[in-house]
Amino acid sequence: MAKRVAKLQKDLCVACGTCVKVCPKNAISIYKGKYAQVDESKCIGCSLCAKECPASIITIKTKEVVA
Amino acid sequence: MKKPWYEYMWIISVLYLILGFFNILFAWLGMFCFIIPLLISVIKGNKSYCNKYCGRGQMLTWLGKKIGISRKKPMPRWMTKKWFRYGFLAFFMIMFAQMIFVTFLVFKDVRGLSETVKLLWTFKIPWSFAYKVTGLPLWISQFAFGFYSVMLTSTILGIITNILFKPRSWCIYCPMGTMTQLICEIKDKS
Repeated sequence: MAKRVAKLQKDLCVACGTCVKVCPKNAISIYKGKYAQVDESKCIGCSLCAKECPASIITIKTKEVVA
Repeated sequence: MKKPWYEYMWIISVLYLILGFFNILFAWLGMFCFIIPLLISVIKGNKSYCNKYCGRGQMLTWLGKKIGISRKKPMPRWMTKKWFRYGFLAFFMIMFAQMIFVTFLVFKDVRGLSETVKLLWTFKIPWSFAYKVTGLPLWISQFAFGFYSVMLTSTILGIITNILFKPRSWCIYCPMGTMTQLICEIKDKS
């Protein structure tokens, strides 16, 4: 089964937190003020964070999940 | 659901900009926007200021998303790179140091008070309408003019990139954001 999840380029993240605010599943957190972290078990791949991110460094990728 | 109190911080940011048109001494209040994020990052090692409390961020979100003054286009890749962010921080710090130096010259009576606001580090705008003669030392007013110039200039830059790119594009190169992130990184390493 394939699942859509948000992936982000950590090294370009400024940890502003706009993605955290728009995530409907509370799947994103800012790790120690350094970068955003996506909890893939909670992420539904809705792409709201990708649209919001001012640096545009979040993309939605398809991940194979072994059921 | 009731909005938490900190979602109203944008009111303070807007008020701050307005107050500078009435009495320049209010510019000193902008120091809170410098001290609070730095203290949070140094003491707690996080960016909760950016993430929750930053009034300017909220104001830019509001301008971009609610009012819709934004093309909502991704910003150029080079603007998100570390060299640009640290470069802008360095430039900002040099300009800030220069402003402190001018304040020092007024303190030492080498220079008179300049009742102007310098926009984008270039354009001197007469601002004597917001200057009331007080018994306070002149350098206090000089710093206020300089600091308000910094705040107004960065707001203008923030609005320009908000219009050209996505809302809160300012956050990418915001010197305070870059500095607090750097502090968090150093703090986590040690």
